[in-house]
Amino acid sequence: MNNERPLTQHLHPNGRPRLLREYVSTGGYGSLQKLAAGMVPKDVQRLVGEAGLRGRGGGGFPTGTKWSFVPMGPDASKPKYIVANGDEMEPGTFKDRILMEGDPHGLVEGMIMAGYALDAEVGYIFLRGEYHLSAQRLNQAIAEAYAEGYLGKSLPGTTFRFDLHLHSSAGRYICGEETALLNALEGKRAVPRAKPPFPQTVGLWGQPTIVQNVETLYNIPHIINHGVEWYHRLSRTKDGGTKIYGISGRVTNPGWWELPLGTTAREILDRHAGGMADGIGFRGLLPGGISTSFMIEEHLDLPLDFSSFPPDVGRLGTGTMIILDDQTCPVGFVLNLEKFFARESCGWCTPCREGLPWVAKLLTAFEEGRATRDDLSLLDMHTKWLAPGHTFCGLAPGAMAPLQSALKYFREDFERHIMIGGCPWSKKSAQQRVLV
Amino acid sequence: MLTEIERRELEDAVKHYPEKRGAAIDALLTVQRHRGWISDESLLDIARFLEITAEDLDSIATFYNLVFRKPVGRHVAFVCDSISCWIKGCEQVQEQIKNLYDIDLGQTTSDGRLTVLPIACLGHCERAPAMMIDQDVYGQVTPEKMEIIMEKYK
Ligand SMILES: Cc1cc2nc3c(=O)[nH]c(=O)nc-3n(C[C@H](O)[C@H](O)[C@H](O)COP(=O)(O)O)c2cc1C
Ligand code: SF4
Ligand code: FES
Repeated sequence: MNNERPLTQHLHPNGRPRLLREYVSTGGYGSLQKLAAGMVPKDVQRLVGEAGLRGRGGGGFPTGTKWSFVPMGPDASKPKYIVANGDEMEPGTFKDRILMEGDPHGLVEGMIMAGYALDAEVGYIFLRGEYHLSAQRLNQAIAEAYAEGYLGKSLPGTTFRFDLHLHSSAGRYICGEETALLNALEGKRAVPRAKPPFPQTVGLWGQPTIVQNVETLYNIPHIINHGVEWYHRLSRTKDGGTKIYGISGRVTNPGWWELPLGTTAREILDRHAGGMADGIGFRGLLPGGISTSFMIEEHLDLPLDFSSFPPDVGRLGTGTMIILDDQTCPVGFVLNLEKFFARESCGWCTPCREGLPWVAKLLTAFEEGRATRDDLSLLDMHTKWLAPGHTFCGLAPGAMAPLQSALKYFREDFERHIMIGGCPWSKKSAQQRVLV
Repeated sequence: MLTEIERRELEDAVKHYPEKRGAAIDALLTVQRHRGWISDESLLDIARFLEITAEDLDSIATFYNLVFRKPVGRHVAFVCDSISCWIKGCEQVQEQIKNLYDIDLGQTTSDGRLTVLPIACLGHCERAPAMMIDQDVYGQVTPEKMEIIMEKYK
């Protein structure tokens, strides 16, 4: 086991950013030296594939496999693009911000190396508009990297030169969906695109494009510097590396921790977050943002990674958990999620545009004591009508994951709302919310 | 008409994209920074610069919640209403704003000082409830703390 925390061990606890000199002093931009020593793009691709790096944006897709679809060689269409997905608008998720604010150069280096591996000479960082501090620090890092010749000049021992631009967006969750993101970058209305063709072959302005989550990209220089075996030893499971996990909700110490992939929710909750807050009980958690399914007590010892979840438990998502406690109404909790999804639906396809507001309306009826048994079945039906394959993109199916699992694990609570004609938590929860 | 400064900033933004319209969001946000919001006239100015129609640009401008197609106050307070903040009492924060300034979400005070808007998760969930005023983020906001924070935004 390898106890290093490569992504965060050098971050300043007070949140001060590490600028160029400091970054270089701890080995930063070291991966570029490997190129002078003769590492070719294929080598980088092979390392990333063998390291078992899986996308940290929520889907967990193997990065090496994704890269293998990009056309390579002298006949490949040029330019090719590499895009960092820094939209981070999944509620409960704040891990990419920690990296970009604390170590902006790590993203620049990750993008240079991903660009080199794919012979993609232009990069964009797509950043959500609200991350003003990240924008300022990334801009400074990009300027420093240009001045130092890491950007805009041939890399040591190669003819490859990489240019990098920061794009600050202007809101809307859907921009994080990778094809909507491409439309947004092109200055079009940010609705998703049909797939196929996939961005790897037809992406930005019709050119081959790789979209990769920010945290994924931060891993790449470390894989190149330290190798596949080292990377696997960081993890407890067959997916390589560490993960930035987080917790929000009524726990003693909400926060984030970089830990081996495969750490269990129980360990993170009890050991790192200090357990539930005083007098508050645990009911369930969403493991990684709100597009994931609830996990309950019996799931707390599952390794949190991309390959250990049984299908009926769902998926890890972004790894930043949200805790449902016993002072909070599960129906009210899910209503908050569905209102978010209804508001953020891009409106392109009918089931999502019409279905999500309907779900929110039904849940409101539960909270206000107007719901009937029929409403419960209507909620059940929506989890089927908006399931994967019925909508144009993943937003609506994502919205159904917490609803469907809530209907499974907290069904009595829904029924209790019907029975007593209102929310059993209403007064109590209002008071609690002021106190905690 | 775009001012000289606006034009220069837009010309810089366009350099980052192979097509002019790629800079649509940069252009909208830049002009908004100078003028406070995007009026029909501003929309036309930008569309002309990007060589696209105003209707085309408006379909982008109206899509994004951080592009204001109506006037806003000198300061804009964004109150996160997503799940971690809801658990920790964002409704009390909204209530307090209503008590202090007599405005609901989406409204502006009559003296033009402040507009309050809801916003999706600000990515500071570990310090919920969170809010952002102009470009500054505040965590663990309580009704009492709110009053002190707001002193900075006159
Ligand atoms: C509605 C929706 C929103 C998304 N938002 C984000 C996001 O904010 N950041 C992100 O990295 N991926 C997001 N994704 C996933 C991306 O589409 C894409 O899979 C990811 O950026 C790929 O990067 P990875 O392979 O490194 O994980 C979102 C997906 C959907 C359906
Ligand atoms: S599922 Fe929702 S967000 Fe996705 S394309 Fe359809 S309307 Fe848009
Ligand atoms: S839920 Fe409010 S900052 Fe994330």
